[in-house]
Amino acid sequence: MFSRCLSCVWLSLLFLLQCFGSDRVLRVCADPNNLPFSNQAQQGFENRLAELLARDLGLNVTYSWWSMRKGFVRNALNEHVCDVLMSMPSDSDMVEVTRPYYRSTYVFVSRKDRDLAIRSLNDPQLAKLKIGVHLVGNDFAPPAHVLAARGITGNVVPFLLYGPYGEVNPPSKLIYAVADGDVDLAIVWGPFAGYFAQKAAVPLEIVQVSPEGWRTLPFTFSIALAVRKGDDALRAELDGALQHQCSAIEALLNQYGVPQVSGGRLPCASSH
Amino acid sequence: MYSLCARRTLPVLLTVIAPAFCQIQNQPDDGQWTMPAKNYASTRFSTLTEVNTGNVKGLKLAWTFSTGLTRGHEAAPLIVNNTMYIVTPWPNILYALDLTKPGAPLKWQYSPQPTAAAQGVACCDVVNRGAAYYNGRIYYNTLDVQTICVDANTGKEVWKARLGDINSGESITMAPIVAKGVVIVGNSGGEFGARGWLAGVDADTGKLRWKAYATGPDKDVLIGPGFKPFYAQDRGPDLGVKSWPGELWKIGGGNAWGWVSYDPDLDLIYYGTANASPWNPDQRPGENKWCSTLFARRPETGEAIWAYQLNPHDEHDYDGVNENILLDLNIRGQMRKVLAHPDRNGRMYIMDRGTGEVLSAEPFAFLNTSFGVDLKTGKLNVNQAKSTGYKTTRDMCPAPPGGKDWQPSAFSPKTGWLYVPHNNLCFEMQGTQANYISGTPYLGATVRMYAGPGGHRGEFSAYDPVSNKTIWMVKEIFPAWSGALVTAGDVVFYGTMDGWFKALDARNGTLLWQFKVGSGIISQPVTYKGPDGKQYLAVLSGVGGWAGAIVSGGLNPKDGTGALGFMNAMADLPNHTTKGGMLYVFSLP
Repeated sequence: MFSRCLSCVWLSLLFLLQCFGSDRVLRVCADPNNLPFSNQAQQGFENRLAELLARDLGLNVTYSWWSMRKGFVRNALNEHVCDVLMSMPSDSDMVEVTRPYYRSTYVFVSRKDRDLAIRSLNDPQLAKLKIGVHLVGNDFAPPAHVLAARGITGNVVPFLLYGPYGEVNPPSKLIYAVADGDVDLAIVWGPFAGYFAQKAAVPLEIVQVSPEGWRTLPFTFSIALAVRKGDDALRAELDGALQHQCSAIEALLNQYGVPQVSGGRLPCASSH
Repeated sequence: MYSLCARRTLPVLLTVIAPAFCQIQNQPDDGQWTMPAKNYASTRFSTLTEVNTGNVKGLKLAWTFSTGLTRGHEAAPLIVNNTMYIVTPWPNILYALDLTKPGAPLKWQYSPQPTAAAQGVACCDVVNRGAAYYNGRIYYNTLDVQTICVDANTGKEVWKARLGDINSGESITMAPIVAKGVVIVGNSGGEFGARGWLAGVDADTGKLRWKAYATGPDKDVLIGPGFKPFYAQDRGPDLGVKSWPGELWKIGGGNAWGWVSYDPDLDLIYYGTANASPWNPDQRPGENKWCSTLFARRPETGEAIWAYQLNPHDEHDYDGVNENILLDLNIRGQMRKVLAHPDRNGRMYIMDRGTGEVLSAEPFAFLNTSFGVDLKTGKLNVNQAKSTGYKTTRDMCPAPPGGKDWQPSAFSPKTGWLYVPHNNLCFEMQGTQANYISGTPYLGATVRMYAGPGGHRGEFSAYDPVSNKTIWMVKEIFPAWSGALVTAGDVVFYGTMDGWFKALDARNGTLLWQFKVGSGIISQPVTYKGPDGKQYLAVLSGVGGWAGAIVSGGLNPKDGTGALGFMNAMADLPNHTTKGGMLYVFSLP
């Protein structure tokens, strides 16, 4: 009786392995040119995370390279070009999201040797400094809206998040502009700052912007994996893998210098 | 190209009709259709009369042609030398059909093979508004920022010119015109931070002759000593820099993705520039020149002769790219060379096209965002209660697609009226919505559009540009997103997004005939005389574009803010039409 049951277990395990083994793949849409998130050489933390989760689930990763611009959810994920997006804000309503795996913030980036000590979007120095901000499509990144409300517009320098896309990691230009002294200060999404500050020729200071939001505009966001609406099974699998790999993910994010703020996700269980 | 009046000398002598024949709207017509707007004056008027108010109800389907594509089809077919030319949306295939043979079989096809990446990298939609014929060649643009010249007989590529970089967010969707041996082309991509320009390309060689930016210093805008704007606010050095904070002019938008017309006598081309970028007007204090502006330029050099900013410091996404129809009209007892420009802001601008003076600017659609234009100063009196920015503003009309979007109007010299397909949409802007692009979360304004007064979303109007009155108006469920065509048979044609191709009596708007095509119509109907001497009507069906993205892009109707807020107003379109590109040709039996 007992042994029969055991063999049942073995059989079903075998069956599971066949179902979820190497012939099942994790189909990921990723930007081919956008470190620290992803690139075609698979050097981004989203690439590493995909490998980590796939291994946990006994899958292989396949990529569809797609520039993550306007319409990519509709044209890529929803057209079944792939099944997973590696990061979306956890309150996105166009997709189904997993539990968030990190929470980051917009940050100030300046050269350490400038000693600007800017911590707040209300700092009077902001009226005089040359400030670089990403332009997302034709919309400035959130903190620029606060500056505009304070009448600070003439010294805000737009950097196209999208391009020139023919060059390597277009968003990095903003951080290198700080290092090169082309702008005094950048206000930028944390993961860009943390990663490219590591690569910059001079030491850079990274400080979380405060306040954490303005009116209905938050400056911190929780980031999760995303699947198509209704793809509950895959979401559940990914949620499980995120939990198993929690500590490894933590290490990965630290390695890439992703500035993290608390409150976005559950702490890793101590047993792992 | 010699003077149009000279061309009319013979008929003028024969018919002994007074100088009225020298009016620009009385264009010679050989029954062909060589550019999307029919002629340089952009009247979309055909002198053909075989199909008229008395017999149009007998129109029957003659033949069809499938493009095999499912995105929005906005182009006008061309008919030259018994051949019909059709440009498709991306991948921008050019088809030539032989009209001399039964069923108009394919003569050749030309495939430019635009980069596939264009789909992910390029802006909002993948439409193309058509080609232009000039001296034995077909000229058109591709989504990946190329202008192409193809031999009209053989389909062989003559030259290809890359005018911009899709990797910088630029694309091209507009139809070029060719004037004095120069192909006039403008870019799209303001939504991606691409700086707007209009360019002149040599029709023989494909070499760039000039490029006029919409923003920046005068030398970039091709403003020189010959620049004489009518109003004080449009005068002064380097306004394309000074009317912006800091360096924002570099990403200011002002793309020229709409229509270009040409007056050979004045030797001026006319076109408008798109709205200013970024979307939040608080971030760009100033007039933001030269966005939302009408320009008159020399076709051979691009030199700016005059400019008039329609919507200074635009707060409602009111592009100035709509058509400029060139007319010679008796206004307040005086013959004036005018242009008629139905703007996104809902006003019909009648302007002196030699000087840029505004003669009138009355509403052709419901609006509440402005009170009027001061004809002395040329200033738009904006309704401050309807300003936007980082705040909630409700009940603003018209919505961002405007009183009218790109869908071009027609003019009949017989009735003296403009035929204007347009929208009846209002909108609200509130709060913010989380978004995510290229690894970056951000928040955009939540825009919701909805039907204007009356609950219908589209209108088709006959408008008298002299008395500034709407003579008659037909309501449509959806925005009237196709172009208009009017004939000397006093029939006006247009298509609807729910798939009806309609013929109306040009005098009173009575529906005389309609035909249900396979997919919604957002293109430009044309008419021509076939090799058999009969009059034909041709129109592409294939819903899409900004208004139709819910069908062609398969958007989720529950997300009202999709397609930049247009979804909210179009949620029921999928119940009325499906996608698919098909050409329909009609004639009397």
